[in-house]
Amino acid sequence: MNATAKILTYELQDVLRSRGVIAYAVFFLLLTEALLQFGSSTASVLLSLMNVVLLLLPLVSLVFGTMYLYNARDFVELLLSQPIRRPHLFGGLYLGLAVPLATGFLAGTCLPFLWHGVEAASHAQTLLVLALTGTALTFIFVALAFLIAVRFEDKARGLGVALVVWLFLAVLYDGLVLLALHMFANYPLETPALVLTLLNPVDLARVLLLLQVDISALMGYTGAVFERFFGSLFGVGVASAALLVWLAVPLFFGLRRFNRKDF
Amino acid sequence: MTRLLLTILLLTVLPAQAQDHLTVSPDGPMQSVAEALAQVAPGGTVVIEAGVYQEPPLVIDKPMTLQGQGDVILDGQSEHQILTITADSVTVRGLTFRNVGVSFIEDRAAVKVDDASHCLIENNHFVDTFFGIYLARTANCRVVGNELYASGETETKSGNGIHLWYCKNITVADNYITGHRDGIYFEFVEDSRVAGNLSERNLRYGLHFMFSDRCQYHDNTFQYNDAGVAVMYTEHVEMYRNRFAHNWGSAAYGLLLKDIIDSHIEGNVFEQNTIGMYAEGSNRVVIQDNTFRENGWAVKIMANALDNEFTRNSFVANTFDVATNSRQSYSTFDGNYWDKYQGYDLDRDGVGDVPFRPVRLFALLVEQNEPSLLLLRSMFVDLLDAAERVLPVLTPETLVDTQPAMHPPMQP
Repeated sequence: MNATAKILTYELQDVLRSRGVIAYAVFFLLLTEALLQFGSSTASVLLSLMNVVLLLLPLVSLVFGTMYLYNARDFVELLLSQPIRRPHLFGGLYLGLAVPLATGFLAGTCLPFLWHGVEAASHAQTLLVLALTGTALTFIFVALAFLIAVRFEDKARGLGVALVVWLFLAVLYDGLVLLALHMFANYPLETPALVLTLLNPVDLARVLLLLQVDISALMGYTGAVFERFFGSLFGVGVASAALLVWLAVPLFFGLRRFNRKDF
Repeated sequence: MTRLLLTILLLTVLPAQAQDHLTVSPDGPMQSVAEALAQVAPGGTVVIEAGVYQEPPLVIDKPMTLQGQGDVILDGQSEHQILTITADSVTVRGLTFRNVGVSFIEDRAAVKVDDASHCLIENNHFVDTFFGIYLARTANCRVVGNELYASGETETKSGNGIHLWYCKNITVADNYITGHRDGIYFEFVEDSRVAGNLSERNLRYGLHFMFSDRCQYHDNTFQYNDAGVAVMYTEHVEMYRNRFAHNWGSAAYGLLLKDIIDSHIEGNVFEQNTIGMYAEGSNRVVIQDNTFRENGWAVKIMANALDNEFTRNSFVANTFDVATNSRQSYSTFDGNYWDKYQGYDLDRDGVGDVPFRPVRLFALLVEQNEPSLLLLRSMFVDLLDAAERVLPVLTPETLVDTQPAMHPPMQP
């Protein structure tokens, strides 16, 4: 058993003991169950879940992730005094948090659908995309959280930065995009609009979900670029690839900083 | 004396060979449908037995019944019209018509009824017939239970499935139409009924009518048509319990109303269309008890549509519920169920206590700047919408449902 796996198992036990993740899973479970109980149709339940995934999930992943790494400082220092390679330790810590969070989210959202069922096959597909994007967002934002936590020594400052990053990506960024689109309304903006979307993981996830739930409206758009993007697997492929880049980049920088950091 | 009379009778009848019942079969004494049609007595029956018949263009000019037994195929060899009916009280039943062939000069059809009444066209199949059933200057006819398949590729090179021109009191029921230019096409048709048909995957409209007053459309399904359904310049239309679904595209409408006056649209389902219902120049139309589900725009209503009443409809999971091009509202919305409604109902009478404004600010933004559609469902846009709802500045202040229902009505 290599070091990463060992640390991962330990971390998993630790995270489960902390009950935070369990509360997180239960939250999603209750939310989905309540929506299914009181919602009028599967379609509207999925729409509500989509909002939660796009807003709450990045926030929880960021805050939980930064706090977690700050709190694990003593443990990290202890392990680093042992003959363990830093990438292994970083990998173990990262997976030790991201995997339970993602599992909690998946279990919480998908289980209620097992006993309530879905109305149509298209809804099942939407649910699948929702689960996948939610998982991707969890991994991306935990990676961002780790990058923030190793970059800033001060806990309060790190947490502040995490909140600002969330506010920017989840809310403000779209405002800036909207502003830009209106300032340059006289120019062909389809490609820039798509590129701007690729630059934000929350927007990426949103577009992937739009392709499921709002395809009727998207197909009403007259531009050829959008139609090619939305009308084929090409769009899904590009968006998924961009999500992977969003995962790799913070992980890479986080790990580099972690390797060099003087604990 | 009696014997003599009988002989005379026989002698006079037989040479004319006008018989009441004739059977055509590929290997029998009578092998030509054209000949049988010429010889049968008025009011008689011609039965065609299974086989493929390549005949010259057939004409029925007297009341009679033409019936297929087994798999009867009348082939136009992609060259000409197959059957023309010019007499009253003709029944055509159980035949397969195929290969009429495209013409840019005439409206060729598999079955054309011209200036006749009381015809019945029932349970026939049509395969690659440019126009399928074509009724011109016809009254009191029934077109029932036919299946029309075409594999047209462009609008210009294909004809309509069931085409009516200057007709009165026609019933078009339980037909299946696919692959044509327009599934069902009415022009100058009055007092007719279209019921229980399924019209799908046509190149332009599933149903298209103009200048066709006092017609009823009920229990039909129009789906996957390239441009949906478009109806124009007509008064007193009644549309009940139809389904308009899956019409996607920048010019696709579940139901496009252009200059439709004094009509009723009730109990229909609009599902997964780019635009569920589009109303332009349509006045005094009552739209109630319909369900709009998962459309891009559930209702787009232009400022030149006046005094329409939207009552007890249910709007669920649409991207945009209502869009308009005006700051005024000339139609009324009352007692509809909106899944986006966030108000409360303190007196528990099932009616929300705060009015609902179904036009979103974002719908206006998208109208002005299409690429911003990409920001759909983003938190920022939702915040903008919420702010606009509290204090409408740009959206029509008067387009408001003052009595939004708290619960969806029973789903049709």
